[in-house]
Amino acid sequence: MTEFSFIPLFTWIVSLLAVPMILLFRKRPDAREGVTFLAAFMKLGMIFMMLPLIREGKILHFKFGEILPGIPIEFRVDGLGMLFALVASSLWILTTLYSIGYMRGLKEHDQTRFFCCFAISLSATIGVAFAGNLLTLYIFYEILSLSTYPLVTHHGDKEARSGGRTYLSHLLGTSVAFVLPAMIYCYLKKGGDINFTDGSLLTTNIDAGAGLIVLLAFTFGFAKNGLMPFHSWLPNAMVAPTPVSALLHAVAVVKVGVFCVIRVFTGVFGIELLEKLDIAVVVSWIAAFTVITSSLMALSQDNLKRRLAFSTIGQLSYIILGVSLLSDFGVTGSILHVAMHAFGKITLFFCAGAIYVAMHKKYVSELVGIGRKMPITMTAFAIGSLSVIGLPVTGGLVSKWYLVMGTAQSEQIALLVVFLISSILNACYFLPIVYRAFFCRPEESLYEGGRQEAPLACLIPLCITALLSVISFFNPSLFIELAELIIK
Amino acid sequence: MTEHFPVLILLVPLFGALIVVLLGRERPDQCWVTSLISLGISSLISFFTVIAVLSGKVQELRYRMGGWPESEGYEIGIELRVDILAALVVFAVTLIGFVNTIYSKTRAEAEVQGKVPFFYALMQLLIVGLCGIVMTNDAFNLYVLIEITSLTSYALIAMGNRRAALSSFNYVIMGTIGASFYLIGVGYLYIKTGTLNIDDIHMVLGQKNSWADQSIIVAFIFIMLGVWTKMAFFPLHGWLPNAYAYAPSMTGTFMAPLMTKVMVYVMIRVMLWLFGYKFVYSGQYIWGELIIWMSVLAIVAGSLLALARTDIKKMLTYLIVAEVGYMVGGAWLGNVTGQAGAFYHILSDAAMTFCLFIAASIIVLRVGDSRVNAFDGLFRKMPLTMIGFTVGALSMIGLPPTCGFFSKWYLISGGIEAGQWEYVCALIFSSLVNAVIFFRIFERAYFGKISGVKEDHFPTDSDANPDIRIKEVPWSMLIPLFLASGTVLLLGIMNRSLFEWIQTALKMMNA
Amino acid sequence: MDPIVATFIEENIVPNFNYWIYVILMMIGLYAMITKNNLIKKLIGMAIFQTAIILFYVSVGVKDTAGIPIISHHGSEHHQMAGLSSEAGSTKEIHNKIDKDKYANPLPHVLMLTAIVVGVSTLGLALAISQKIYKSFGTLEEDEILNELRPGGHD
Repeated sequence: MTEFSFIPLFTWIVSLLAVPMILLFRKRPDAREGVTFLAAFMKLGMIFMMLPLIREGKILHFKFGEILPGIPIEFRVDGLGMLFALVASSLWILTTLYSIGYMRGLKEHDQTRFFCCFAISLSATIGVAFAGNLLTLYIFYEILSLSTYPLVTHHGDKEARSGGRTYLSHLLGTSVAFVLPAMIYCYLKKGGDINFTDGSLLTTNIDAGAGLIVLLAFTFGFAKNGLMPFHSWLPNAMVAPTPVSALLHAVAVVKVGVFCVIRVFTGVFGIELLEKLDIAVVVSWIAAFTVITSSLMALSQDNLKRRLAFSTIGQLSYIILGVSLLSDFGVTGSILHVAMHAFGKITLFFCAGAIYVAMHKKYVSELVGIGRKMPITMTAFAIGSLSVIGLPVTGGLVSKWYLVMGTAQSEQIALLVVFLISSILNACYFLPIVYRAFFCRPEESLYEGGRQEAPLACLIPLCITALLSVISFFNPSLFIELAELIIK
Repeated sequence: MTEHFPVLILLVPLFGALIVVLLGRERPDQCWVTSLISLGISSLISFFTVIAVLSGKVQELRYRMGGWPESEGYEIGIELRVDILAALVVFAVTLIGFVNTIYSKTRAEAEVQGKVPFFYALMQLLIVGLCGIVMTNDAFNLYVLIEITSLTSYALIAMGNRRAALSSFNYVIMGTIGASFYLIGVGYLYIKTGTLNIDDIHMVLGQKNSWADQSIIVAFIFIMLGVWTKMAFFPLHGWLPNAYAYAPSMTGTFMAPLMTKVMVYVMIRVMLWLFGYKFVYSGQYIWGELIIWMSVLAIVAGSLLALARTDIKKMLTYLIVAEVGYMVGGAWLGNVTGQAGAFYHILSDAAMTFCLFIAASIIVLRVGDSRVNAFDGLFRKMPLTMIGFTVGALSMIGLPPTCGFFSKWYLISGGIEAGQWEYVCALIFSSLVNAVIFFRIFERAYFGKISGVKEDHFPTDSDANPDIRIKEVPWSMLIPLFLASGTVLLLGIMNRSLFEWIQTALKMMNA
Repeated sequence: MDPIVATFIEENIVPNFNYWIYVILMMIGLYAMITKNNLIKKLIGMAIFQTAIILFYVSVGVKDTAGIPIISHHGSEHHQMAGLSSEAGSTKEIHNKIDKDKYANPLPHVLMLTAIVVGVSTLGLALAISQKIYKSFGTLEEDEILNELRPGGHD
C-alpha cells in the first residue's frame, strides 16, 4: 500500500526553488510574478498527478534520511495530506493573482520580500501536509511560523511590530513549551520512532491521566489552530496586507494548526485509543467554548478583518470539535470543513481586501450601501458568508451537515446545540453586512455614483473562490473520498 | 605514526608558541602566519586522531609520556588517553583555535598594541593546555594543565583595557580557589588510593568498595567544587561575565566557547571514569536530586540575568552560565541519554557560542556600541553578519535543524526518562527566554533605524579603531563567522552519528 | 577540663594537629582573598591558601621512621641498580632491596614542586596584573576602583 515516489519531494521543493528566481527578478515585477505562477501551477500539477494514486488508497512515501536516532525526515502522502495540499496549492494560485492586483493597486513596498516569503511559506505548508512523522511536522510547523513573520510585519510600522511580536511569541512559545516535550514523550514511550503509520502511534501502554496531558499539550501547543486561550495572535495578525491574511490566516497557517490537531487525533493517538481513554471530550468542551465565545466577540468587532478573524477562530474550533467527537461523521466532517471553510473564508477576505483597494474602507459600519457600488464583490461576499454560516447552496452546508451528524452519531446532543447556536450567531454577524450593503434605502447609503470595483486581478480570484464554494456543494465527492480514506 | 598523534597535538602548538615569541622580536608580522600554520597542523592531526579512534579496533589511543613501561600493580609516569570523546573535544578545541586565528588577523594589532607575538604565543599555549586537559589520564597532571590553561587565560584577558585587567584579577582569585579545591580533592584521593592515574584510581576505589568512605566523599565534593568554579556553574559563576565581556574581542571569541566546556568534559570524566557510575549515582542518591535542582537554578538564573542585560556581550556570557546549567543537569540525570546529551551539548554549545561571540564582536566593532541598540537596522546594513548571528541565535533558542535543537531533544529525553520534570521545565523555560531575548534583537535589527556612533558610548575595545562605519567587515572576519554557523548546522545534521559514537563510549562506563 | 572535651581533643586534634593547622591556614587564606579590599592583600591570602595545600600534601608523604627520600650510595651495585631501568623486573628488585619505611614518599614532594611552580607563576602573573591596575586606576583598593568605574560605567 505504501509506495516510494519522488513526486512529494518535487511538490515540496518547487516553491523553494522559486525563491532564488524571485530574488533574481526583483527588478522585473512581471517576470517575478510569472515565476510564482509557474511554481504554483507546477505544484498543483504534481498534486493532480498524485491524486489518482491516493484515491485508490495508496500512500506515497519519500524519505530524506534519518536525522535523529530512529526518526527520519520523511514525506508520507495520504488522503488527509492530499486534501490539504490540494486546497493550499490551488488557493495559492488564486492568491498570487489577487496579490498582484492588491499590492500594485496600493503600490506596496517590498514586494519581492513578500513573494519570496509566500513561496517559502507554501513550501512549509506542503511540508506539514506531507509530513510522515511528528518531527517532520514540527520542523515545518516552526519554519512556517518564521517564514510568515515577515509577511505579518510587512508594513513595518509600530502596529505591525507589535502584531508580529504577539504572533511569534504565541506561536513559537506554545510550540516549544508544549509540543516539544509531548513529542519527546511520545518518542520515548514508543521506544524510538514517531511515525504516523496507518494505525496509531501510541499503543495502549498509556494511562488516561498522562494521555490527557499529552493530548492537551499537543492541542494547545499547535496554537495555529486558534483555540482559546492562545488565540489572540490571529486578530492581531490582521495588520498584515489582505492577501497575507487571506491565504495564510484563512487557509494555510490556521489550517496547518487544525491539520496538526487532526493528525494528532488520528495518527498519534488513534480514534480507538481515544475512545478507550475517553479523554477527547475535554477537547470538545474547550473547542465548544471557543466556538461560542469567538462568535460573540465577532459580533462586537467593527473592523471587518477582525470580525472575519474571530469568525475564523470559531470555524477552526468547529474542525477541532468535529474530530474530537471521534465518530465517523464527525471526523469526516471536520476534514471536509478544512476545505469548505477555506473556500468560503478566502472569498470573504478577498472581498474585504477588494473593498479596501477600491474604497479604502475597513469598517463594517462604513459598508452601508456599498452593494450598488461593488455588486460583484458583495455578491461574492454574500456567497462566502452563506458558506461559513452553512446554508445552501454552498459547500459549507455539506461539511456542517457531516459535523451535525457526527454529534448525533456520538450522542453528544449538547454539542449539537452548540453548532446550532453558533450558526445563528454566524448569521447574526454576517447577514446584516450583506443586507445593509444591498438593501438599504438610497438616502442611507454612504455611496453614490456608478460602479467602482477593485482591479480585475482582485475580482477574478474572488469570483473563482465563490464559484468553488458553490461547486463544492454540488460535487463534494472528491473531498469526501479523500476525507474518508483516513477513517478506514 | 598514529600512536604519536596525541602528543603531537600538544607539541606542535607548544613549539609554535616558542617560535612565535622568538620571531616576535624581529618580524612581528609573521606571528600570525606561524600561529596559523601550527594550529592548522594541530587541527589536522586531531582530525586524523578522530578518524583513527573511530576506525581502530581499539577504541582509544594511549600514549605514555617518556616511555615509562606499564607495570602491574602501579603506574609510573603520565599517560595520555584518547578515546572518541576526547578526540572529538580535542578536534573542536584545535579547530576553534585555528578559525579564531583567522579572525584575529585584523584585530590583533589594534587590540593588543605591541604585544601581538605574546598574544599568539599565549593563545597557542592555551590550546596546548586545553588539549592536554582533555587527553591526560593522570589526576595531578590534570591539575597542572588546568593551571596552565588558567594562567594563559588570565594573561590573555588582562591584555585588554583596564576593566579587563580588573576582571582578570578577580578571575585569578576565583580561579585559583577553584583549582586549589581540585588539588585538595586529588590529595585526598592520593592518600586513599596511592596512585594518581585515573584508571588506577578507579580500579582501587572499586576494589575497596569505598562508596561510603568519608574521605572519598569529601574528595569528590572538593573536586566537584573546583571544577564547578572553573566552569562557572551558578552560583560560582561570578568571574565569568566580566572576564569574557571585557576581554579583547579575539580572546573572548575563543575562550567563551572553550574553557567552560572543557571543564564540563572534565566533570564528566571525573564522574564516570575516575569515581565511577556506582559511586556517583547510586551511592549517595540525594546528590543527583540536589545537583539537578542546582542546575535548574543555574539555568533559570542564567536566562533571567541574560534577559536583564543591555550589553550584548554580557548577555551572551550569562547565556553561557545557563548553558553550563544544561550540561551539569544533563550529566547528573543518571542515564546514558542525559550524559550523552550533555556531551553532545559540549560540542554544540562550543559551536554556537563561538558563532554568537564572533558576530557580536563584529557588530560591536563596526557600530562602536556594545549595547543592544547597536543592532538597530542591521539586517539592511550588515546582512551577512546578521545571518551568522541568526544561525547562532536560532541554535540557542533550539529550533531545528540547528544543533541546539538536537541537544535540547536529547537532554529533554534524558530528563523525561529520569523523571526529572523540573529539569525539563527549566530547559523549556530557557528556550522561551532565549526566544524573547533574540527576537527582541531581531526585531531591532529588522525594523530599527540604523544607529550611528553615539557620543556617550562606553569605551569598548573598539576605541582604538577610528574607522567606525557601519558596513560589512573584511572577509578575514566573516569567514570564521560563516565557518562557525556552518558548523552549527552541520553538527545538527550529523547529530545522529555523533550521538551514537558518544553513546557507545559512555555506555561502557555506565554498565 | 571536662573529660569529654579532653578525650575529644586527644583523639581528634592531637594526632592530626598538622592537618588542623593546614585547615586553619587555608581558612585564613580564603578569608583574606574574599574579604580584603586591597588587591595585594588578596594575593597574600592566595599565597597562604596555596601554601597550606602544599604543606598538606607534603605531610602526606611523611612516615614515622622515615628520612629524606634519597637512596644513599653504598658502592657501585646500588649505583647501577638505582639507575633508570626500563624493565619491570628490575624496578621490582630495587623495591625489594630498599626498605621503603626508611624513606619518606617522594611522590608528593615531586608533585608539590610542580605546585609550587604553579603557585609562583600565578603570583607573578597576578602581581603583574595588579601593576597594570595600579597604572590605570591609581589605587589598589578595590572599593575605590569600583567607585571610579560606577559613575561612568554601565553593568
